[in-house]
Amino acid sequence: MYSKKVLKYFFHPKNVGIIKNPTVKVTEGSLACGDMVTLYLKIDKVSRKIVDIKFKSYGCAANIATMSFLTELVKGKTIESVEKLTYKMLEKELGGLPPAKTHCSLLAIKSLKSAIRLYKEKMGEIEYESIDKDFVMSRLRSVIHPAIGKDIVSSGLVAMANISDGKVNIKIRIKEKRFRRIVLEEIKERFCIPQIKKISVEFVDKDEKAKDKD
Amino acid sequence: MKKRFIYLDNASVTKVDSRVLRAMNIYHTKYYSVPTVEYGHSFGLKSRKALEQAREAIAESINANKDEIIFTSGQTESNNLAIKGFVAMNNTARVITTKIEHESILNVCKDYGNVAYLDVDREGFIKFNSLKRLQEEGAILSIQHANHEIGTVQNIKRIGRFCRKAGITFHVDATQTFMKLDIDVERMNIDLLTISPHLIHGPRGIGALYIRKGVKIKAILSGGYNEFGIRPGLENIPAIVGFRKAVEIFDKKDVSRMFKLRDRLMKNLLEIDNTKLNGPLGKDRLCNNVNISFRYVEGESMLLHLDLRGIIVTTGSSCFSTALKPSHVILGIGGRHEDAHSSVRFSLSKYNDVEDIDYTIKNVNEVVSELRKISM
Ligand SMILES: Cc1ncc(COP(=O)(O)O)c(C=O)c1O
Repeated sequence: MYSKKVLKYFFHPKNVGIIKNPTVKVTEGSLACGDMVTLYLKIDKVSRKIVDIKFKSYGCAANIATMSFLTELVKGKTIESVEKLTYKMLEKELGGLPPAKTHCSLLAIKSLKSAIRLYKEKMGEIEYESIDKDFVMSRLRSVIHPAIGKDIVSSGLVAMANISDGKVNIKIRIKEKRFRRIVLEEIKERFCIPQIKKISVEFVDKDEKAKDKD
Repeated sequence: MKKRFIYLDNASVTKVDSRVLRAMNIYHTKYYSVPTVEYGHSFGLKSRKALEQAREAIAESINANKDEIIFTSGQTESNNLAIKGFVAMNNTARVITTKIEHESILNVCKDYGNVAYLDVDREGFIKFNSLKRLQEEGAILSIQHANHEIGTVQNIKRIGRFCRKAGITFHVDATQTFMKLDIDVERMNIDLLTISPHLIHGPRGIGALYIRKGVKIKAILSGGYNEFGIRPGLENIPAIVGFRKAVEIFDKKDVSRMFKLRDRLMKNLLEIDNTKLNGPLGKDRLCNNVNISFRYVEGESMLLHLDLRGIIVTTGSSCFSTALKPSHVILGIGGRHEDAHSSVRFSLSKYNDVEDIDYTIKNVNEVVSELRKISM
């Protein structure tokens, strides 16, 4: 049985929706794993406060409730003050979660952390030794194919990836329009950092003939 | 509006009919003896008589002989007894089954090891060609009459005829169809049949295995000489009496009523955007089963929202399973993880009426659009 508080946040979730021009946006989880969330943040550069936060969730009750609770918890706070949040703290505040649902609180925290990291990258606060192919591949490793539930690199969907002069070219093997859209958005987010000037993604069917260009 | 209570999980267990309860009660409080042998005390003979009359009535319902019915503790035990009891007598026999059976078959097969899996199509029907390919004399074939999640009704008669010719022992798990569909072990060439009363408003914790005379099955429990030595343990007379009563009061008219309600529910829910029926349409689908995937809606979230509105259903989402695994049935018919994730099963009983169905349609519509606001 879920706690009263979990049910309250599930049945009446707060901060559901999207932010039009977010400072950062991340998608974590996948349909194959059962839960997929997207987090939108508006962060004030000067105060470093999360001035607005919204989420979308295609997941179970615990997933919706933890996302909803998390967004309420961090709204108005500085990114430094919320970075220390852990899934255990989240669960405790919610009056506990069934052990089988720990992955939901983990996913909520993961989405927040990766949004904050992405923000810092965008602001040039994180230094990278070199922006090379390894770098590109490691970034792509955090882009999940929603139906497979694994990242596009280990699923063997990256047909080509190269970088020159800060310009990244990627070729991805995905057929369905719906998944192309999700993956494209996710890639653009992940490469939206100052060291990268241009990113272009090309989708191909399995036979590698170029179809959609972006 | 007054909150209703609409139970649509009748493929898991059903409400016990009060006539069944009354019949059972007498054997809890008045004739509670162990069933003695024919020359035992008079008190025990009351139980013995109830046991044998029930055996006879149940045998008759599937056109079997009374000494071919073995009472067990339920569907899981009957399935275990059929497979384990058979391979204990023929330990090189191949077991043939499908990947969309209930766990009580799948896990027995996995433990045994010598298993071949038939192909099923996108609606869950067995591909007959794969049976021809995988057949082997002396094997045992075990399949469901109708699938517990998606309601696909197999062509038992055709498969039975094939098995008989090929020298294959044929086990059918009829948990979902017992009494709802005609079952004739002779006409269908069934050798072993799992049945139970818990889905026809009888008690739970009781089931039976029909074992055709001549088919050798070894007991899987050790104990006394009850049930012809095949199933030791004190006979559960009250439940057995309830089993018989549930069979006797079963009314075929309820089946045609359920068909109509099922189609009303199915048709209206499929009018919602981005939905997909799991399993077939028409006569080859179980009379009380509706299983639909609502894309962009996770099953557990749907289930809890419907619960709040008084509607009880279940889902194939991994988030709702204790094993955190998506429905093996939906994956087994070639569905995506997402289809399992967003699947909801509505299973009807004779106690449902048109108002229940219309209330459900209205509420599912509302919940789907509410949850899609969160996900899309
Ligand atoms: C077709 C079928 N076989 C076997 C079983 C096993 O039932 P139980 O776990 O109640 O023993 C079920 C239960 O739903 C079933 O639907």
